[in-house]
Formats: sequence, C-alpha cells, structure tokens
Amino acid sequence: MSMVQAINSALHCTMAADPAVLVMGEDVGFFGGVFRCTEGLYEKYGAHRALDTPIAEGGIVAAAIGMGVNGLRPVVEMQFADYIYPAIDQIISELARLRHRSGGEFFAPVTIRAPCGGGIRGGQTHSQSPEGIFTHVCGLKTVIPSNPYDAKGLLISAIEDDDPVMFFEPKRIYNGPFHGHDNNGGGSGSWSDHPLGQVPIGHYRIPLGKAATIRAGRQVTVLAYGTMVHVAAEAIRASGIDAELLDLRSLLPLDIEAVAASVRKTGRCVVIHEATRTSGYGAELVAEVQETCFWHLRAPIERVTGWDTPYPHAFEWEYFPSQRRIVDALQRTLAYH
Amino acid sequence: MPKTGGNKPVEARGHADATGTWVSKLHVPTGSSRPGEKPDFRALNLVSDDAMFRPAPDCETREAEPLAHGLVRVLDDEGTAGGPWLPELSDEHLLQGLRHMVHVRAYDERMFRMQRQGQLSFYIKSTGEEAVAVAQGMALDSGDMLFPAYRQQGLLFVRGRDVVDMMCHCISNARDNCKGRQMPVFYTWKDGNFFSISGNLATQFSQAVGWAMASAYKGEEHIAATWVGDGSTAEADVHNAMLFAATYRAPVILNIVNNQWAISTPQSFAAGGTTFAARALGYNIPGIRVDGNDFLAVHAVTDWAARRARRGFGPTVIELVTYRVAGHSTSDNPDAYRAHNESEAWPLGDPVARLKQHLIGRDLWSEPQQQALETELKEAISRDWKQALSYGSLEDGPHWPVATMFDDVFQHLPAHLLRQRQQLEEKE
Repeated sequence: MSMVQAINSALHCTMAADPAVLVMGEDVGFFGGVFRCTEGLYEKYGAHRALDTPIAEGGIVAAAIGMGVNGLRPVVEMQFADYIYPAIDQIISELARLRHRSGGEFFAPVTIRAPCGGGIRGGQTHSQSPEGIFTHVCGLKTVIPSNPYDAKGLLISAIEDDDPVMFFEPKRIYNGPFHGHDNNGGGSGSWSDHPLGQVPIGHYRIPLGKAATIRAGRQVTVLAYGTMVHVAAEAIRASGIDAELLDLRSLLPLDIEAVAASVRKTGRCVVIHEATRTSGYGAELVAEVQETCFWHLRAPIERVTGWDTPYPHAFEWEYFPSQRRIVDALQRTLAYH
Repeated sequence: MPKTGGNKPVEARGHADATGTWVSKLHVPTGSSRPGEKPDFRALNLVSDDAMFRPAPDCETREAEPLAHGLVRVLDDEGTAGGPWLPELSDEHLLQGLRHMVHVRAYDERMFRMQRQGQLSFYIKSTGEEAVAVAQGMALDSGDMLFPAYRQQGLLFVRGRDVVDMMCHCISNARDNCKGRQMPVFYTWKDGNFFSISGNLATQFSQAVGWAMASAYKGEEHIAATWVGDGSTAEADVHNAMLFAATYRAPVILNIVNNQWAISTPQSFAAGGTTFAARALGYNIPGIRVDGNDFLAVHAVTDWAARRARRGFGPTVIELVTYRVAGHSTSDNPDAYRAHNESEAWPLGDPVARLKQHLIGRDLWSEPQQQALETELKEAISRDWKQALSYGSLEDGPHWPVATMFDDVFQHLPAHLLRQRQQLEEKE
C-alpha cells in the first residue's frame, strides 16, 4: 500500500469497528479527499460518517469537539497543515485543555489529520511543518509517520486514543519514499518496492510514544521523523558513516528512553527536521539529549533544519534540508575528539 | 404588548466636505451613555409591533423574519401578561422561576462581597440578567446539553446544582470539582449536562452545534443550547456556529445575550446598527428578539425554539435584550465608561421586579411573601457559604493535593509529566 492507501485502510478499519468514528473535513466525503485519503468511505458509510464540511477550520474543530463530548470519535481532516491556524484557538484553548480544566469530567477524543511538509513545490502555504507549535501545547499528542505500515498502525492508535492527537502526514511521501533532491532530481521510489509498504489489511496498532530504529550504528545518533527519515537514511548511506537512525514517530509523548539509549551508545547526535530552526521541535530534542546524556556527549549536538524563513517556491531545494547538509553535519560532529 | 422606549433616532449616514461632496468618513459607534451623560436607549428600537405573531415551530426563516427586528414581550410595563407569545405555565412554575431568580441574586450579592473581602480572587455577577438563564433553563429538558458563557449561573440553580459545590469551586478548595484549576465562575458539571466553561470567548458556541450534530447523528431527541454575549458575537466562532447549525440543521438554540456592554465597549461595536437576531437571517435561521427581562417571554421563545429543534426543524437564534446592571466583573469599574447608575434608565426594568409584579397582580404573591423569600434565600446562602468554607478556603486550604495538577492533562500520566511531578515533590 501507499501511505494514502494505508491511511485510508486505517479509516476503513476503525469505522467498521466503531459506529462512533466518523471523518469530517473539506472535500473528504463525496469526493474522497484532495489526496484521496478518505476515498470510498462516503460510498460505504454514507454522508453522515464521511462528512463534507464548510471551509471553516475553526468551525470544523469546534464541531468535532462538541461531537466528541457527545460520545463520537471524530477524525478531522485539515486539508493542509498550513491551513490549521484558523482552528488554533479551538485546538489549543479547548481541545487540549478540556479534560484538565473540567477536572476530568469532559474530554473529546478527536484526531486531527493534516498533510504537512515540503518538497512538492508547494510554496509558502502548502509546505509548512507546524508540529512544533503543537508539541508546545500541553494536552495534545503529536504524531508524524514516515511510511505506510506505521501510518496505518499509528492512525488507528490515534483514533482509538481518548486524548486528542495531532496526526501530521508528510504529503511528499504519500506515494513513495523521498530521498532528497540531491539524487535523481528529487525523484522518489514507490512504496510497493519498500518493505514498510507491506501493510496488513486488518486492524493493528503501533503504540504512540515509541520510536523505531531504522538503522543501527555506533558513531552518531540521528533523530528524524517524517520525510526526513528517508533523506537522512540516504545521506547516511552515501556518507559511509556508521550512524544510528531513529524515526521518532511520536513527538509527544517522546520516546526519550530510546533516544537516550542511542546517544549514550554513540556519544554524538544530529537532529533533523524540515520545520524552521528557531524554537522548532529540534530545540526540544537538543535540550532533552543534553540533559539526559550530558556526560556521554563527545560533541555538540547538531541541528539540520529548514531555514528561519517562510517556505519559498523557487528556492525549494536550497531550503529543504539536503543530504549534503546532513552529511556535513555528521562530519562536523565526528570531527570532535 | 410593546410599550416602552422611544423612536429610533435618525443618524447621519455620510459626511459632506467643504465643497458639499459626500465622502467616506470613519464611523466609530457610541454607547447608550458615557460618564456624565444622560442614558439614551432609543437606538435599540424597543418599540415595535413586528413581533405580535407566533409562527409554527416548523416555519421557514422568512415567515419569522419580522421577529428578528421586533421585540417579543408578554409582560407589559404594568406586569400584565398577554399577546400571542403568552406561555401556558402553571402558577407553581412561575413561582419557582421567581424563587430561582431571587436565589441567583442572593448568591451573586454574597459572592461579590466575599471577593471584596479577599476570600475569592474574582467573581462575575449576572444582576439584571437572571431571567435569561432561569427562564431558558426551565424551558429545556434535563437531557439537553448546556454550553454556557460565564454569566448564566442561573442555569445551575435551575438544574439543582448544590450551591455549596458552586462555592467550593469558586474558592478552589478540596471539594472543588475542577480540582483548583479554574478561576472562579468557570463551572463544570457533567452530571447536570452543564459544559465546562472556558475563558476563551464564544468557543462554546460552535462546540454546542457539534454536540447537537452528534445528537442528530445518533437519532436522539436531546438538543443543545448555548449562550454568548453581544460583544463576543464578533468572534469567528459565532459565524462558524450559525453556518454549521444552518448547514446541518442542527438541533441547537443559539442564544445571544445582548446586555448592552462588553466590558467597556457598547453593543453597537458588534451589532453594526442592526439587531443580533437579524444576523441569523443571512444563515437562513429564524432569529427572534425577545425582552430578556420578561420571564414569560423568554420562556415562551425558548420553548418554541426547543420544540423546533427537537422535532428536527433546525436551529434558532434568540437575541435576549437585557442590561448588565453590575460591572463586568469584580475587576471592573463601570463608572469609568458609562453613566453612573445607567441601569436605572433601562427601559425593560428588572426581571425579578417584573415577574413579582405580575404574580402580585394575579394574587399569587405578595410583598410580604417576597420579603420572606429574599430573607430565606439570603440566609440559605449564608449557611452554604459557611459550609463551603468548612471544606477549605482559597488562601489557607485545604486544596487538592498539588500533585493532582499533573492529572487529566492526558487520560494517563505520561512519563514526562511523571518526571515533572517527581521534581516538584522532591523540592517540597
């Protein structure tokens, strides 16, 4: 399965199992979604459960909260993560805080899916990676899968979780892994050729808060998620450096045990994300690694991120973290003795 | 029934320059008064016969359109009830309504004084608006879900919330069901179908629509009702609520409590020269403007909207025209932005006095009985306050154990919060 098909499969599985699950968002019903993630749900479950909505992100999330309070389990689609901001008051002030502020009396088990990330010539408003905004909000879980197998298992976990989950889907890898623009002019492979494109038809879960080791290594730990997992893997391969690559999968809760175990082993760490650098999620990773692994560190922790600029159109490949920048960072951190 | 106020004043609509050419001019609205001025409520257009009809609950929006510009009244200025909206309410129901309103007022008075004595950090009174929450609460079923703003404490009295529990919340003691996390008046009561109040304005308005959508999705007969103030109608959530309610014909009542003031800002900054009820028409929702200080009219209109919603005919917007007699909150000084005692000039009077007058006029009630009721409830509030303090005060406690601060952020305590809780406990 592609990542789109895996996400679609997760929605089919959860909707078949629980009549309280419904999907809602712009173009998700009759049309099946602009990325086809909700295809077939309308035909199978009807207009009530594959619910087309007005173009009002704040209204969509608010309605989902009310539905969640009334016993439903809404899976909301924000068409692009770049367009989540009109809903941010409902997400931060309401969805994230409801259980706590009500002393545990009320909660809303809402999952918010949003295609994120760049590498698709999406310019300023179709390329953003706003995960760091949401990991800063107490009460939200934040998840970003990097492959079809994880996408399905993590999405099922998110939908079945009674806490609100921000589920960001890197649209660059919806149809195949992407290794960066450095080789083949940005071309990508197919998920059908990839082991993690083998996705069971039925129900399975991948727990939130558990990282995956993509590649074991001894020299340096690389922390990445989403599209950058694949770019990092290719950069590591090209560099010949024996790096250990972790796909975080869940940013919050963070699998700090796995991260710390790896860095204590390697003594070095490089953090990679597409999002802008300053106050990005990478800063939290750097801080956590520094606090938990200080006496094991043999070099300053490196960050390879998007620049602190809005996402550009023409300069996409100068902006998007490249294999070359990753290799440079790996070599810099290894230069310390 | 309408018999109050005056005619709508003519306003200049443009601006002529020196050559006599009309040019645009930035219009900045004003309020009913500023300090030192004489209150003038004529712009509200409180006199109208437009609302002298009662459509069927399954009416089309256009049939009800005049109701959005008129003012539904049942009680006239002398306390006599009549007209097409006269509700069929038992004497007991009306007397119970009066009792609830007097109870709310006694509660507000006591809590306000306790804030001034430093025993509460904050308080918000609903003085002058008691009929809104009490009559509307009494017109709904207990299974209907309430999404209030922070000035509908009367709903809790109607639903039978223990006053001691309300007070315990306001002083964040060991019996506070919000576990000391919320400022006073941000009540939560799941068993009473009373949604958790948020400080962020209007967010509940569109959430109520979602709750109602779920009710319809499940085929249940429960409806949702929600409240927002005149000022908060400016928030995008109010647009979202009306649009979603109309799109999905959600069984919801969208109440706009027009108490004339949003802290210091007059209602004209959000109304744009029209009524709030008229906002509904563009969404194809019936909008009804009602005398918010007329218990019978508020009850009748709410009952109409509830029947409409329950039978699947869709949402209703109700504008409740009332007046915020007290300051916005204990942190506010209304004399700094409106005429001193402006409320005395309010044409729609006082909701308690008007229902009392009506009941006395029908020989169901008397001044001595009113005095006795006020004394009884004042004493009851005093007893409740003493009992609430026995569970702990804001300053001295006991409070919830401090470690519970980390609970309920998530359903289960994640590792990072467990570590932070341990750090806090190590320090102590």
